Amino acid sequence: MKYILMMNTMRAGAGVPAWPKADLRAHIDFMHNVNRELHEAGEWVSAEGLSFPDQARLVKAGRDGVSVTDGVFPESKEFLAGFWIVDVESPERAYAIAARISTAPGPGGAPLNMPIEVRPIMSAPPQEML
Amino acid sequence: MTEAANTAPWDAASEHLLRKLAPQVLGVVARRFRDFSSAEDAVQEAMLAAFKQWPQEGVPENPRGWLIRVAIRRMTDIARSEIARRLRETAVTPREEPMIEPSEMESDMDPEDTRVLLFMCCHPALSTSSAIALTLRAVGGLTTAEIANAFLVPEATMAQRISRAKQSIKASKVPFRMPIPQERRERLPAVLHVLYLIFSEGYVSSIGAHLQRLDLACEAIRLTRGARALLPEDAEIAGLLALMLLTNARRNARTGPNEELVPLDKQDRSLWDRAEIAEGTNLLTLALSQGAVGLYQLQAAIAAVHDEATRAEDTDWPQILALYELLQRVSPSPMVTLNHAIAVAMVHGPERGLERLQTLDKDERLAGHFRLDAVRGHLFEKLGDLEKAVQHYRAAATRTTSLPEQNYLMAQAARLDEAREQPNHDSSEPKLRPLKTKASKAPH
Repeated sequence: MKYILMMNTMRAGAGVPAWPKADLRAHIDFMHNVNRELHEAGEWVSAEGLSFPDQARLVKAGRDGVSVTDGVFPESKEFLAGFWIVDVESPERAYAIAARISTAPGPGGAPLNMPIEVRPIMSAPPQEML
Repeated sequence: MTEAANTAPWDAASEHLLRKLAPQVLGVVARRFRDFSSAEDAVQEAMLAAFKQWPQEGVPENPRGWLIRVAIRRMTDIARSEIARRLRETAVTPREEPMIEPSEMESDMDPEDTRVLLFMCCHPALSTSSAIALTLRAVGGLTTAEIANAFLVPEATMAQRISRAKQSIKASKVPFRMPIPQERRERLPAVLHVLYLIFSEGYVSSIGAHLQRLDLACEAIRLTRGARALLPEDAEIAGLLALMLLTNARRNARTGPNEELVPLDKQDRSLWDRAEIAEGTNLLTLALSQGAVGLYQLQAAIAAVHDEATRAEDTDWPQILALYELLQRVSPSPMVTLNHAIAVAMVHGPERGLERLQTLDKDERLAGHFRLDAVRGHLFEKLGDLEKAVQHYRAAATRTTSLPEQNYLMAQAARLDEAREQPNHDSSEPKLRPLKTKASKAPH
Protein backbone atom coordinates (compact mmCIF):
# COMPACT_ATOMS: atom_id res chain seq x y z
CA MET A 1 0.00 0.00 0.00
CA LYS A 2 1.31 3.39 -0.91
CA TYR A 3 0.96 6.40 1.36
CA ILE A 4 1.96 10.03 1.05
CA LEU A 5 3.42 11.62 4.18
CA MET A 6 3.06 15.37 3.99
CA MET A 7 5.26 17.31 6.35
CA ASN A 8 3.73 20.57 7.44
CA THR A 9 5.81 23.21 9.08
CA MET A 10 4.54 26.05 11.15
CA ARG A 11 4.98 29.32 9.35
CA ALA A 12 7.53 30.17 12.00
CA GLY A 13 9.51 27.29 10.53
CA ALA A 14 10.49 29.74 7.84
CA GLY A 15 13.05 30.85 10.40
CA VAL A 16 15.08 27.73 9.62
CA PRO A 17 17.80 29.68 7.79
CA ALA A 18 18.56 31.43 11.06
CA TRP A 19 19.24 28.21 12.98
CA PRO A 20 22.75 27.72 14.41
CA LYS A 21 24.97 25.55 12.25
CA ALA A 22 24.99 22.59 14.62
CA ASP A 23 21.18 22.52 14.78
CA LEU A 24 20.91 22.72 11.01
CA ARG A 25 23.42 19.91 10.66
CA ALA A 26 21.50 17.74 13.12
CA HIS A 27 18.25 18.38 11.25
CA ILE A 28 19.73 17.60 7.85
CA ASP A 29 21.44 14.45 9.17
CA PHE A 30 18.19 13.31 10.70
CA MET A 31 16.32 13.64 7.38
CA HIS A 32 19.19 11.95 5.59
CA ASN A 33 18.97 9.01 7.99
CA VAL A 34 15.21 8.73 7.56
CA ASN A 35 15.69 8.47 3.79
CA ARG A 36 18.46 5.93 4.15
CA GLU A 37 16.32 3.79 6.46
CA LEU A 38 13.40 3.89 4.04
CA HIS A 39 15.69 2.84 1.20
CA GLU A 40 17.13 0.00 3.23
CA ALA A 41 13.68 -1.16 4.26
CA GLY A 42 12.64 -1.34 0.61
CA GLU A 43 9.81 1.11 1.33
CA TRP A 44 11.01 4.27 -0.40
CA VAL A 45 9.10 5.37 -3.49
CA SER A 46 9.95 9.06 -3.64
CA ALA A 47 10.55 12.11 -1.51
CA GLU A 48 10.91 15.79 -2.22
CA GLY A 49 11.62 18.86 -0.17
CA LEU A 50 9.83 22.03 -1.15
CA SER A 51 11.16 25.57 -1.32
CA PHE A 52 10.40 28.15 1.35
CA PRO A 53 7.03 29.84 1.07
CA ASP A 54 8.45 33.04 -0.35
CA GLN A 55 9.07 31.12 -3.57
CA ALA A 56 5.43 30.00 -3.67
CA ARG A 57 2.89 31.54 -6.03
CA LEU A 58 -0.81 30.96 -5.97
CA VAL A 59 -2.19 30.61 -9.48
CA LYS A 60 -5.86 30.68 -10.30
CA ALA A 61 -7.82 31.29 -13.49
CA GLY A 62 -9.89 34.47 -13.47
CA ARG A 63 -13.34 34.81 -15.08
CA ASP A 64 -11.85 35.50 -18.48
CA GLY A 65 -9.66 32.43 -18.17
CA VAL A 66 -6.54 34.54 -17.74
CA SER A 67 -4.49 33.48 -14.78
CA VAL A 68 -4.14 35.63 -11.73
CA THR A 69 -1.02 35.13 -9.73
CA ASP A 70 -0.63 36.10 -6.13
CA GLY A 71 2.76 37.49 -5.38
CA VAL A 72 3.11 35.71 -2.09
CA PHE A 73 1.67 32.67 -0.52
CA PRO A 74 -1.45 33.74 1.37
CA GLU A 75 -1.39 33.76 5.15
CA SER A 76 -1.79 30.30 6.53
CA LYS A 77 -0.54 28.88 9.74
CA GLU A 78 1.12 25.89 8.16
CA PHE A 79 2.72 25.18 4.86
CA LEU A 80 3.85 22.03 3.10
CA ALA A 81 7.61 21.68 3.52
CA GLY A 82 8.09 18.34 1.86
CA PHE A 83 6.64 14.90 1.29
CA TRP A 84 7.52 11.23 1.13
CA ILE A 85 5.77 8.48 -0.76
CA VAL A 86 6.29 5.10 0.84
CA ASP A 87 5.15 1.60 -0.05
CA VAL A 88 4.45 -0.25 3.20
CA GLU A 89 2.72 -3.34 4.53
CA SER A 90 0.16 -1.58 6.73
CA PRO A 91 -1.24 1.83 7.64
CA GLU A 92 0.34 1.41 11.09
CA ARG A 93 3.77 1.29 9.48
CA ALA A 94 3.03 4.51 7.56
CA TYR A 95 1.97 6.18 10.83
CA ALA A 96 5.14 4.98 12.54
CA ILE A 97 7.32 6.49 9.81
CA ALA A 98 5.37 9.75 10.06
CA ALA A 99 5.78 9.78 13.84
CA ARG A 100 9.51 9.40 13.45
CA ILE A 101 9.74 12.21 10.89
CA SER A 102 7.70 14.40 13.22
CA THR A 103 10.47 14.23 15.83
CA ALA A 104 13.07 15.82 13.55
CA PRO A 105 15.29 18.03 15.71
CA GLY A 106 14.90 21.79 15.65
CA PRO A 107 16.69 24.57 17.49
CA GLY A 108 18.73 23.26 20.42
CA GLY A 109 18.08 19.70 19.22
CA ALA A 110 14.54 19.68 20.63
CA PRO A 111 12.06 17.66 18.56
CA LEU A 112 9.95 19.84 16.27
CA ASN A 113 6.94 17.50 16.54
CA MET A 114 5.72 18.69 13.17
CA PRO A 115 2.28 17.58 12.01
CA ILE A 116 2.61 14.97 9.27
CA GLU A 117 -0.49 14.30 7.24
CA VAL A 118 -0.72 10.67 6.14
CA ARG A 119 -3.03 9.76 3.26
CA PRO A 120 -3.42 6.56 1.26
CA ILE A 121 -2.65 6.97 -2.43
CA MET A 122 -5.50 5.88 -4.64
CA SER A 123 -4.82 2.60 -6.34
CA ALA A 124 -6.47 -0.31 -7.99
CA PRO A 125 -8.94 -1.99 -5.63
CA PRO A 126 -7.38 -4.08 -2.89
CA GLN A 127 -8.67 -7.44 -3.90
CA GLU A 128 -8.16 -9.27 -0.63
CA MET A 129 -11.23 -11.29 -0.12
CA LEU A 130 -10.16 -13.81 2.48
CA MET B 1 30.40 -15.76 -22.59
CA THR B 2 29.63 -16.23 -26.24
CA GLU B 3 28.56 -19.71 -27.20
CA ALA B 4 30.29 -20.38 -30.46
CA ALA B 5 28.24 -23.44 -31.37
CA ASN B 6 24.72 -23.63 -32.80
CA THR B 7 22.33 -20.95 -31.78
CA ALA B 8 18.62 -20.39 -32.39
CA PRO B 9 16.96 -17.03 -33.07
CA TRP B 10 15.43 -15.13 -30.16
CA ASP B 11 11.64 -15.05 -29.93
CA ALA B 12 8.82 -15.10 -27.36
CA ALA B 13 9.36 -18.83 -26.85
CA SER B 14 13.00 -18.27 -25.93
CA GLU B 15 12.00 -15.66 -23.40
CA HIS B 16 9.56 -18.14 -21.89
CA LEU B 17 12.27 -20.79 -21.85
CA LEU B 18 14.68 -18.42 -20.14
CA ARG B 19 12.21 -17.68 -17.35
CA LYS B 20 11.39 -21.35 -16.97
CA LEU B 21 15.06 -22.25 -16.64
CA ALA B 22 15.75 -19.62 -13.96
CA PRO B 23 14.48 -21.60 -10.93
CA GLN B 24 16.11 -24.82 -12.20
CA VAL B 25 19.47 -23.13 -12.53
CA LEU B 26 19.04 -21.47 -9.15
CA GLY B 27 18.20 -24.82 -7.58
CA VAL B 28 21.40 -26.38 -8.85
CA VAL B 29 23.64 -23.48 -7.87
CA ALA B 30 22.04 -22.92 -4.46
CA ARG B 31 22.25 -26.57 -3.52
CA ARG B 32 25.85 -26.91 -4.60
CA PHE B 33 27.14 -23.77 -2.96
CA ARG B 34 24.80 -24.07 0.01
CA ASP B 35 24.16 -20.37 -0.23
CA PHE B 36 20.68 -19.50 -1.47
CA SER B 37 21.14 -15.76 -1.16
CA SER B 38 24.33 -15.38 -3.23
CA ALA B 39 23.16 -18.02 -5.70
CA GLU B 40 19.97 -16.06 -6.25
CA ASP B 41 21.98 -12.93 -7.03
CA ALA B 42 24.30 -14.87 -9.31
CA VAL B 43 21.39 -16.35 -11.26
CA GLN B 44 19.80 -12.92 -11.60
CA GLU B 45 23.03 -11.68 -13.14
CA ALA B 46 23.13 -14.66 -15.47
CA MET B 47 19.55 -13.89 -16.48
CA LEU B 48 20.42 -10.26 -17.19
CA ALA B 49 23.41 -11.37 -19.27
CA ALA B 50 21.15 -13.73 -21.22
CA PHE B 51 18.54 -11.03 -21.80
CA LYS B 52 21.31 -8.86 -23.19
CA GLN B 53 23.15 -11.42 -25.29
CA TRP B 54 20.64 -13.96 -26.51
CA PRO B 55 18.47 -11.57 -28.55
CA GLN B 56 21.62 -10.42 -30.37
CA GLU B 57 23.64 -13.58 -30.60
CA GLY B 58 20.88 -16.17 -30.63
CA VAL B 59 19.86 -18.71 -28.03
CA PRO B 60 22.76 -21.04 -27.21
CA GLU B 61 22.39 -24.69 -28.03
CA ASN B 62 22.44 -25.60 -24.38
CA PRO B 63 20.76 -22.63 -22.69
CA ARG B 64 20.66 -24.26 -19.28
CA GLY B 65 24.35 -25.04 -19.34
CA TRP B 66 25.05 -21.49 -20.47
CA LEU B 67 23.12 -20.03 -17.55
CA ILE B 68 24.72 -22.39 -15.05
CA ARG B 69 28.20 -21.53 -16.29
CA VAL B 70 27.60 -17.79 -16.07
CA ALA B 71 26.02 -18.11 -12.62
CA ILE B 72 28.88 -20.26 -11.35
CA ARG B 73 31.44 -17.83 -12.68
CA ARG B 74 29.69 -15.14 -10.70
CA MET B 75 29.57 -17.37 -7.61
CA THR B 76 33.28 -18.02 -7.96
CA ASP B 77 33.91 -14.28 -8.11
CA ILE B 78 31.90 -13.84 -4.94
CA ALA B 79 33.78 -16.70 -3.25
CA ARG B 80 37.14 -15.28 -4.36
CA SER B 81 36.50 -11.86 -2.97
CA GLU B 82 35.20 -13.45 0.21
CA ILE B 83 38.40 -15.49 0.56
CA ALA B 84 40.49 -12.41 -0.18
CA ARG B 85 38.62 -10.49 2.48
CA ARG B 86 39.17 -13.22 5.06
CA LEU B 87 42.84 -13.40 4.17
CA ARG B 88 43.26 -9.70 4.68
CA GLU B 89 41.57 -10.02 8.04
CA THR B 90 43.44 -13.05 9.30
CA ALA B 91 46.69 -12.64 7.35
CA VAL B 92 47.11 -16.36 6.75
CA THR B 93 48.82 -17.91 3.75
CA PRO B 94 46.50 -18.28 0.75
CA ARG B 95 45.27 -21.76 -0.04
CA GLU B 96 44.02 -23.08 -3.32
CA GLU B 97 40.33 -22.31 -3.63
CA PRO B 98 38.12 -25.29 -4.34
CA MET B 99 37.22 -25.57 -7.99
CA ILE B 100 33.88 -26.83 -9.13
CA GLU B 101 33.57 -28.30 -12.55
CA PRO B 102 30.58 -26.77 -14.36
CA SER B 103 30.01 -29.83 -16.51
CA GLU B 104 29.53 -31.84 -13.35
CA MET B 105 26.57 -29.70 -12.51
CA GLU B 106 24.69 -29.73 -15.76
CA SER B 107 23.47 -33.26 -15.31
CA ASP B 108 22.29 -32.27 -11.91
CA MET B 109 18.75 -31.09 -12.61
CA ASP B 110 16.13 -31.93 -10.09
CA PRO B 111 12.48 -30.76 -10.22
CA GLU B 112 12.58 -31.00 -6.45
CA ASP B 113 14.76 -27.87 -6.47
CA THR B 114 11.97 -25.70 -7.86
CA ARG B 115 9.57 -27.10 -5.26
CA VAL B 116 12.06 -26.24 -2.53
CA LEU B 117 12.42 -22.73 -3.96
CA LEU B 118 8.70 -22.17 -3.99
CA PHE B 119 8.37 -23.05 -0.33
CA MET B 120 11.43 -21.04 0.53
CA CYS B 121 10.22 -17.85 -1.17
CA CYS B 122 6.83 -18.10 0.51
CA HIS B 123 8.46 -18.55 3.91
CA PRO B 124 6.23 -17.53 6.83
CA ALA B 125 9.02 -15.32 8.22
CA LEU B 126 8.57 -12.97 5.25
CA SER B 127 6.14 -10.11 4.83
CA THR B 128 3.74 -10.75 1.96
CA SER B 129 5.27 -8.03 -0.21
CA SER B 130 8.75 -9.54 0.23
CA ALA B 131 7.49 -13.04 -0.47
CA ILE B 132 5.77 -11.84 -3.63
CA ALA B 133 8.88 -10.04 -4.88
CA LEU B 134 11.20 -12.95 -4.13
CA THR B 135 8.87 -15.51 -5.69
CA LEU B 136 8.59 -13.49 -8.89
CA ARG B 137 12.37 -13.21 -9.15
CA ALA B 138 13.62 -16.59 -7.94
CA VAL B 139 10.81 -18.82 -9.20
CA GLY B 140 9.32 -16.66 -11.93
CA GLY B 141 12.64 -15.68 -13.51
CA LEU B 142 11.66 -12.01 -13.70
CA THR B 143 14.20 -9.24 -13.41
CA THR B 144 14.20 -6.76 -10.54
CA ALA B 145 13.38 -3.97 -13.00
CA GLU B 146 10.31 -5.83 -14.26
CA ILE B 147 9.03 -6.50 -10.76
CA ALA B 148 9.65 -2.90 -9.70
CA ASN B 149 7.76 -1.70 -12.73
CA ALA B 150 4.82 -3.99 -11.99
CA PHE B 151 4.49 -2.54 -8.50
CA LEU B 152 5.37 1.02 -9.54
CA VAL B 153 8.29 1.43 -7.16
CA PRO B 154 11.91 2.36 -7.98
CA GLU B 155 14.15 -0.54 -8.98
CA ALA B 156 16.52 0.15 -6.06
CA THR B 157 13.64 -0.17 -3.61
CA MET B 158 12.59 -3.50 -5.07
CA ALA B 159 16.20 -4.74 -5.05
CA GLN B 160 16.44 -3.81 -1.39
CA ARG B 161 13.17 -5.55 -0.59
CA ILE B 162 14.43 -8.75 -2.22
CA SER B 163 17.77 -8.55 -0.48
CA ARG B 164 16.08 -8.08 2.91
CA ALA B 165 13.81 -11.03 2.23
CA LYS B 166 16.86 -13.19 1.65
CA GLN B 167 18.47 -11.93 4.84
CA SER B 168 15.35 -12.96 6.76
CA ILE B 169 15.49 -16.41 5.21
CA LYS B 170 19.15 -16.71 6.10
CA ALA B 171 18.47 -15.60 9.66
CA SER B 172 15.65 -18.13 9.98
CA LYS B 173 18.22 -20.90 9.29
CA VAL B 174 15.83 -22.79 7.06
CA PRO B 175 17.90 -25.40 5.25
CA PHE B 176 17.66 -25.58 1.46
CA ARG B 177 15.55 -28.70 1.34
CA MET B 178 11.95 -29.71 1.02
CA PRO B 179 9.92 -29.24 4.21
CA ILE B 180 8.85 -32.52 5.81
CA PRO B 181 5.27 -33.56 4.90
CA GLN B 182 3.80 -32.20 8.14
CA GLU B 183 5.53 -28.83 7.65
CA ARG B 184 4.57 -28.85 4.02
CA ARG B 185 0.87 -29.08 4.82
CA GLU B 186 1.24 -26.15 7.19
CA ARG B 187 3.16 -24.02 4.73
CA LEU B 188 1.28 -24.74 1.53
CA PRO B 189 -1.45 -22.17 2.31
CA ALA B 190 1.23 -19.43 2.41
CA VAL B 191 2.45 -20.52 -1.04
CA LEU B 192 -1.08 -20.46 -2.43
CA HIS B 193 -1.77 -17.11 -0.81
CA VAL B 194 1.29 -15.51 -2.42
CA LEU B 195 0.30 -16.84 -5.85
CA TYR B 196 -3.25 -15.62 -5.29
CA LEU B 197 -2.04 -12.14 -4.34
CA ILE B 198 0.17 -11.90 -7.43
CA PHE B 199 -2.87 -12.75 -9.51
CA SER B 200 -5.18 -10.23 -7.82
CA GLU B 201 -2.60 -7.49 -8.05
CA GLY B 202 -2.30 -8.17 -11.75
CA TYR B 203 -6.00 -8.58 -12.37
CA VAL B 204 -7.08 -5.35 -10.73
CA SER B 205 -4.18 -3.22 -11.90
CA SER B 206 -4.41 -4.15 -15.54
CA ILE B 207 -7.04 -1.45 -15.96
CA GLY B 208 -6.31 1.68 -17.91
CA ALA B 209 -3.24 3.69 -17.09
CA HIS B 210 -1.28 0.66 -16.07
CA LEU B 211 -1.71 -1.40 -19.20
CA GLN B 212 1.94 -1.10 -20.06
CA ARG B 213 2.90 -2.83 -16.83
CA LEU B 214 4.03 -6.40 -16.79
CA ASP B 215 1.01 -8.66 -16.81
CA LEU B 216 1.13 -10.07 -13.30
CA ALA B 217 -2.13 -11.97 -13.73
CA CYS B 218 -0.56 -13.98 -16.55
CA GLU B 219 2.64 -14.42 -14.55
CA ALA B 220 0.58 -15.75 -11.64
CA ILE B 221 -1.18 -18.20 -13.92
CA ARG B 222 2.17 -19.34 -15.32
CA LEU B 223 3.63 -19.78 -11.82
CA THR B 224 0.55 -21.63 -10.58
CA ARG B 225 0.66 -23.95 -13.59
CA GLY B 226 4.25 -24.66 -12.63
CA ALA B 227 3.31 -25.22 -8.98
CA ARG B 228 0.57 -27.60 -10.02
CA ALA B 229 3.01 -29.62 -12.10
CA LEU B 230 5.28 -29.82 -9.05
CA LEU B 231 2.57 -30.80 -6.59
CA PRO B 232 -0.03 -32.56 -8.74
CA GLU B 233 -1.66 -34.34 -5.82
CA ASP B 234 -2.77 -31.10 -4.22
CA ALA B 235 -6.38 -30.28 -5.05
CA GLU B 236 -6.15 -26.73 -3.73
CA ILE B 237 -3.44 -25.75 -6.24
CA ALA B 238 -5.70 -27.04 -8.99
CA GLY B 239 -8.55 -25.08 -7.38
CA LEU B 240 -6.46 -21.92 -7.30
CA LEU B 241 -5.44 -22.32 -10.93
CA ALA B 242 -9.09 -22.88 -11.85
CA LEU B 243 -10.09 -19.75 -9.91
CA MET B 244 -7.49 -17.69 -11.77
CA LEU B 245 -8.57 -18.98 -15.18
CA LEU B 246 -12.30 -18.57 -14.49
CA THR B 247 -11.70 -15.00 -13.32
CA ASN B 248 -9.19 -14.03 -15.98
CA ALA B 249 -11.65 -15.23 -18.64
CA ARG B 250 -13.76 -12.15 -17.90
CA ARG B 251 -11.04 -9.54 -18.05
CA ASN B 252 -11.97 -8.08 -21.44
CA ALA B 253 -15.55 -7.52 -20.34
CA ARG B 254 -15.03 -5.91 -16.97
CA THR B 255 -14.25 -2.39 -18.20
CA GLY B 256 -16.12 -0.13 -20.59
CA PRO B 257 -14.77 2.12 -23.36
CA ASN B 258 -13.71 4.76 -20.84
CA GLU B 259 -12.15 2.18 -18.58
CA GLU B 260 -15.06 2.36 -16.17
CA LEU B 261 -15.79 -0.77 -14.19
CA VAL B 262 -18.61 -2.89 -15.56
CA PRO B 263 -20.33 -5.03 -12.92
CA LEU B 264 -20.76 -8.71 -13.62
CA ASP B 265 -24.45 -8.52 -14.51
CA LYS B 266 -23.81 -5.79 -17.08
CA GLN B 267 -20.87 -7.41 -18.81
CA ASP B 268 -20.99 -8.38 -22.45
CA ARG B 269 -20.63 -12.10 -21.94
CA SER B 270 -19.64 -12.70 -25.55
CA LEU B 271 -16.30 -11.12 -24.58
CA TRP B 272 -15.60 -13.83 -22.03
CA ASP B 273 -12.83 -16.21 -22.98
CA ARG B 274 -14.57 -19.54 -23.56
CA ALA B 275 -11.34 -21.53 -23.78
CA GLU B 276 -10.20 -20.28 -20.39
CA ILE B 277 -13.61 -21.01 -18.88
CA ALA B 278 -13.54 -24.54 -20.29
CA GLU B 279 -10.04 -25.18 -18.96
CA GLY B 280 -10.93 -23.76 -15.55
CA THR B 281 -14.11 -25.79 -15.32
CA ASN B 282 -12.33 -29.02 -16.24
CA LEU B 283 -9.60 -28.37 -13.72
CA LEU B 284 -12.14 -27.64 -11.04
CA THR B 285 -14.09 -30.82 -11.74
CA LEU B 286 -10.87 -32.76 -11.42
CA ALA B 287 -9.89 -30.96 -8.21
CA LEU B 288 -13.27 -31.53 -6.59
CA SER B 289 -12.96 -35.26 -7.24
CA GLN B 290 -9.57 -35.31 -5.55
CA GLY B 291 -10.85 -35.11 -2.00
CA ALA B 292 -10.86 -32.43 0.69
CA VAL B 293 -12.59 -29.29 -0.53
CA GLY B 294 -10.69 -26.08 0.23
CA LEU B 295 -11.36 -22.39 -0.05
CA TYR B 296 -9.83 -21.92 -3.51
CA GLN B 297 -11.89 -24.75 -4.96
CA LEU B 298 -15.02 -23.22 -3.47
CA GLN B 299 -14.24 -19.77 -4.85
CA ALA B 300 -13.49 -21.35 -8.21
CA ALA B 301 -16.82 -23.17 -8.04
CA ILE B 302 -18.61 -19.85 -7.42
CA ALA B 303 -16.77 -18.26 -10.35
CA ALA B 304 -17.73 -21.25 -12.49
CA VAL B 305 -21.43 -20.84 -11.67
CA HIS B 306 -21.25 -17.20 -12.80
CA ASP B 307 -19.31 -18.15 -15.91
CA GLU B 308 -21.74 -20.81 -17.05
CA ALA B 309 -24.74 -18.43 -17.11
CA THR B 310 -25.30 -17.17 -20.64
CA ARG B 311 -27.26 -14.20 -19.30
CA ALA B 312 -26.95 -12.59 -15.87
CA GLU B 313 -30.57 -13.49 -15.07
CA ASP B 314 -29.79 -17.16 -15.67
CA THR B 315 -27.31 -17.20 -12.79
CA ASP B 316 -27.96 -20.07 -10.44
CA TRP B 317 -28.04 -18.03 -7.21
CA PRO B 318 -29.31 -20.85 -4.96
CA GLN B 319 -26.18 -22.79 -5.89
CA ILE B 320 -23.95 -19.78 -5.24
CA LEU B 321 -25.65 -19.33 -1.87
CA ALA B 322 -24.97 -22.97 -0.99
CA LEU B 323 -21.33 -22.55 -1.99
CA TYR B 324 -20.92 -19.44 0.18
CA GLU B 325 -22.42 -21.36 3.08
CA LEU B 326 -19.79 -24.04 2.59
CA LEU B 327 -17.10 -21.41 2.26
CA GLN B 328 -18.16 -19.89 5.56
CA ARG B 329 -17.64 -23.22 7.22
CA VAL B 330 -14.30 -23.96 5.56
CA SER B 331 -12.81 -20.49 5.80
CA PRO B 332 -14.92 -17.94 7.67
CA SER B 333 -14.06 -14.26 7.22
CA PRO B 334 -16.00 -10.98 7.12
CA MET B 335 -15.51 -10.73 3.35
CA VAL B 336 -17.10 -14.14 2.92
CA THR B 337 -20.03 -13.05 5.11
CA LEU B 338 -20.39 -9.95 2.95
CA ASN B 339 -20.59 -11.98 -0.23
CA HIS B 340 -22.86 -14.48 1.46
CA ALA B 341 -25.25 -11.62 2.28
CA ILE B 342 -25.45 -10.72 -1.41
CA ALA B 343 -26.28 -14.31 -2.30
CA VAL B 344 -28.92 -14.35 0.48
CA ALA B 345 -30.43 -11.19 -1.01
CA MET B 346 -30.49 -12.69 -4.50
CA VAL B 347 -32.29 -15.80 -3.29
CA HIS B 348 -34.45 -14.59 -0.38
CA GLY B 349 -34.76 -10.86 -1.05
CA PRO B 350 -32.85 -7.72 -0.03
CA GLU B 351 -34.34 -7.50 3.51
CA ARG B 352 -32.81 -10.83 4.40
CA GLY B 353 -29.51 -9.75 2.91
CA LEU B 354 -29.50 -6.53 4.94
CA GLU B 355 -30.27 -8.49 8.13
CA ARG B 356 -27.30 -10.68 7.40
CA LEU B 357 -25.06 -7.59 7.11
CA GLN B 358 -25.94 -6.43 10.62
CA THR B 359 -23.68 -9.09 12.10
CA LEU B 360 -20.77 -7.33 10.40
CA ASP B 361 -21.26 -3.94 12.04
CA LYS B 362 -19.45 -5.08 15.14
CA ASP B 363 -16.64 -6.74 13.26
CA GLU B 364 -13.50 -4.67 13.70
CA ARG B 365 -11.88 -6.18 10.65
CA LEU B 366 -14.53 -4.58 8.47
CA ALA B 367 -15.45 -1.46 10.47
CA GLY B 368 -15.59 1.51 8.13
CA HIS B 369 -14.63 -0.64 5.14
CA PHE B 370 -16.09 0.79 1.97
CA ARG B 371 -17.27 -2.56 0.77
CA LEU B 372 -19.79 -2.89 3.58
CA ASP B 373 -21.34 0.41 2.51
CA ALA B 374 -21.16 -0.52 -1.16
CA VAL B 375 -23.11 -3.73 -0.53
CA ARG B 376 -25.66 -1.88 1.65
CA GLY B 377 -26.11 0.67 -1.14
CA HIS B 378 -26.75 -2.14 -3.56
CA LEU B 379 -29.25 -3.91 -1.30
CA PHE B 380 -31.15 -0.72 -0.41
CA GLU B 381 -31.41 -0.02 -4.11
CA LYS B 382 -32.93 -3.43 -4.67
CA LEU B 383 -35.31 -2.74 -1.83
CA GLY B 384 -36.36 0.47 -3.56
CA ASP B 385 -35.06 2.75 -0.80
CA LEU B 386 -33.13 4.99 -3.14
CA GLU B 387 -32.33 7.64 -0.54
CA LYS B 388 -30.51 5.18 1.69
CA ALA B 389 -28.92 3.55 -1.33
CA VAL B 390 -27.44 6.88 -2.44
CA GLN B 391 -26.20 7.56 1.10
CA HIS B 392 -24.37 4.26 1.30
CA TYR B 393 -22.92 4.45 -2.19
CA ARG B 394 -21.54 7.90 -1.38
CA ALA B 395 -20.15 6.77 1.96
CA ALA B 396 -18.45 3.89 0.16
CA ALA B 397 -17.07 6.28 -2.48
CA THR B 398 -15.36 8.44 0.13
CA ARG B 399 -13.83 5.44 1.86
CA THR B 400 -12.40 3.44 -1.00
CA THR B 401 -8.77 3.99 -1.91
CA SER B 402 -9.32 2.74 -5.42
CA LEU B 403 -9.92 5.24 -8.18
CA PRO B 404 -11.90 3.01 -10.58
CA GLU B 405 -14.02 1.78 -7.67
CA GLN B 406 -14.64 5.34 -6.50
CA ASN B 407 -15.77 6.43 -9.96
CA TYR B 408 -18.07 3.46 -10.16
CA LEU B 409 -19.66 4.13 -6.75
CA MET B 410 -20.15 7.84 -7.46
CA ALA B 411 -21.78 6.97 -10.78
CA GLN B 412 -24.15 4.57 -9.00
CA ALA B 413 -25.14 7.31 -6.55
CA ALA B 414 -25.60 9.87 -9.32
CA ARG B 415 -27.75 7.50 -11.36
CA LEU B 416 -30.07 6.85 -8.40
CA ASP B 417 -30.22 10.53 -7.56
CA GLU B 418 -31.50 11.27 -11.06
CA ALA B 419 -34.00 8.44 -10.80
CA ARG B 420 -35.30 9.95 -7.56
CA GLU B 421 -35.81 13.34 -9.14
CA GLN B 422 -37.85 11.79 -11.93
CA PRO B 423 -40.05 9.30 -10.09
CA ASN B 424 -41.73 8.12 -13.31
CA HIS B 425 -38.41 7.40 -14.82
CA ASP B 426 -37.43 4.38 -12.81
CA SER B 427 -33.86 3.59 -12.02
CA SER B 428 -32.33 1.71 -14.90
CA GLU B 429 -31.98 -1.25 -12.58
CA PRO B 430 -34.99 -3.55 -12.62
CA LYS B 431 -35.44 -4.19 -8.93
CA LEU B 432 -35.53 -7.93 -8.90
CA ARG B 433 -32.67 -8.49 -11.22
CA PRO B 434 -29.34 -9.37 -9.78
CA LEU B 435 -27.07 -6.37 -9.74
CA LYS B 436 -23.60 -7.44 -8.97
CA THR B 437 -21.67 -4.47 -7.66
CA LYS B 438 -17.94 -4.55 -7.84
CA ALA B 439 -18.18 -4.86 -4.11
CA SER B 440 -19.62 -8.29 -4.34
CA LYS B 441 -16.89 -9.76 -6.41
CA ALA B 442 -14.35 -12.07 -4.96
CA PRO B 443 -12.59 -11.61 -7.91
CA HIS B 444 -15.67 -12.97 -9.61
